Amino acid sequence: MRSTKPRRWGERLIEGAIKSTGIATIVFVLLIFVFLLKDSLPLFGHAKQTASLLGTRWLPTSEPEQFGLIPLLLGSLYVTLGAMVISVPLGVACAIFIAELAPQWLRELLKPLVELLAAVPSVVFGALGVLLLGPWFAKTLHLPVGQFAALGSLLLAFMAIPTIVSVSEDALHAVPRALRAGSLALGATHWQSITRVVLPTARSGLIAAGLLGLGRAIGETMTVLMVTGNAAVIPQGLKGFILPVRTMTATIAAEMGETAHNSTHYFALFFIGLLLFLITLVVNVVAEVVVHRMGREAK
Amino acid sequence: MTRPHLVHPRHVQNMMYIVLSLMAAVVVLPVLGLLAYMMIKGLAGLNPDLFLKGSQALLPAMVGTLYLVLLTAAIAAPIGIAAAVYLSEYAHRGILVRLIRLAIINLAGVPSVVHGLFGLALFVMMLKFGRCLLSGAATMALLVLPLIISASEEALRQVPQRLRDGSLALGATRWQTIRRVVLPNALPGIMTGLILSISRAAGETAPILFTAAFLSLTNPYPESLFDEILALPYQLFVMTSEMPSVPAETKWATAFVLVVLVLGLNIGAILWRTHLRRAKRW
Repeated sequence: MRSTKPRRWGERLIEGAIKSTGIATIVFVLLIFVFLLKDSLPLFGHAKQTASLLGTRWLPTSEPEQFGLIPLLLGSLYVTLGAMVISVPLGVACAIFIAELAPQWLRELLKPLVELLAAVPSVVFGALGVLLLGPWFAKTLHLPVGQFAALGSLLLAFMAIPTIVSVSEDALHAVPRALRAGSLALGATHWQSITRVVLPTARSGLIAAGLLGLGRAIGETMTVLMVTGNAAVIPQGLKGFILPVRTMTATIAAEMGETAHNSTHYFALFFIGLLLFLITLVVNVVAEVVVHRMGREAK
Repeated sequence: MTRPHLVHPRHVQNMMYIVLSLMAAVVVLPVLGLLAYMMIKGLAGLNPDLFLKGSQALLPAMVGTLYLVLLTAAIAAPIGIAAAVYLSEYAHRGILVRLIRLAIINLAGVPSVVHGLFGLALFVMMLKFGRCLLSGAATMALLVLPLIISASEEALRQVPQRLRDGSLALGATRWQTIRRVVLPNALPGIMTGLILSISRAAGETAPILFTAAFLSLTNPYPESLFDEILALPYQLFVMTSEMPSVPAETKWATAFVLVVLVLGLNIGAILWRTHLRRAKRW
């Protein structure tokens, strides 16, 4: 056993290197947080600027500059809420269809198709919105503009659906066969078994699916930037859906390129980034906790 | 005691089946229809001049995107695969593993434009790489890292335990077992994950907005890591949203090329994966 010693040494070294890459993932998340924080903190140096964050006007280039975040927060809320209203029912229905109804061949066709849907780049959805859907909606529904909040919601919905379908489907599959069989044996129809046994059992998984879809929708950038018109106004009531809005993500994407390094505007955009980071963090952690609980319930 | 039903449960069931089928169709068919429309429009607009001539030529943008995704994969693959090896082969249940998993989930959930901000702050500004190929690829690498880790981990876990046991029983060390037995068997699965990540990187725009992409360059083909690049998705974005003078056919054709590239890679990876799953029943 001549080579035992150096080999053990090498093993340790390699093991350490591999472990460090695992730890690196934690470091990366922390680094993102630290850098976002570092470049948004100077914003809070002056009381006046800090107060203006709560204002209703986002006018970064006017004199005096105003960085009211309310219109952007509401813009994101409108677009995301609209997307969820469309995507959650459709996504869950599609998952039920795939998991419970579709014959084998259709399932094997639908699953990759939905996966492919997730692969379509967001600029392509944006281009479809700008070149085709926007003008078409404006013409047929006699809207004042071809770029509006609901168009963003519609396209975002189709980007969130693949996530919702795949997570919901996993949740439906995790429901033990015995439960389903018991319900059918008691004389319930298949549909009754789905609504009264399968769906309630899979509840946490379905909630997680919605949350993950929500996380995807809040963070989407390019599509929203291209189709929602980018007017930093406060949306009013239901009418707000057919008028232009501006989301948090779109604001960063549109303005960061033209902003002077270390200007107040620069810090304000980083602060929006920090908010987005924290919002998606909370949404994802909650979804993870819910999924984890589901795993334990299934046992 | 059964509750009297207004409508017979079987009729309710039939009706709901129809509704569900329709909803499933609504998920898939409109987007397929739109993509088909884009294909037809794009195919009609395609011509050789589009690739080589003018400031919106596609070839330089395709080359820029190619460089970007290759460098992204070169940065992300070693870290991602090693992290997957740690999670699947070395790690024990515990607080560290839970933290790493949480970090991966969050990394996957960070909005792409926030990745862009981070890349701007760290690579472009602090490390002074400037707006260039390297900054863009490093930013993009962080974005695809979770994808590579989960795909690789799944591939590693599918290698049966008895292969490891056999290798260890023959006197091989843990690392020798991983390198000679586990990794080679998991390699095809890892590669499909890598292809999916590359296709993701090829289509993303927000992370390179402030870290790498330019619209027109005096020298369209980058010669070093510190050169700016053109990129296909960025070109499509600027063209459709800021250049009304560019004819619609050119925009459709650009979208067509991007979709074919990204979905082509994806379909390839999905087919390969299906083939693997059929071929390898341990």
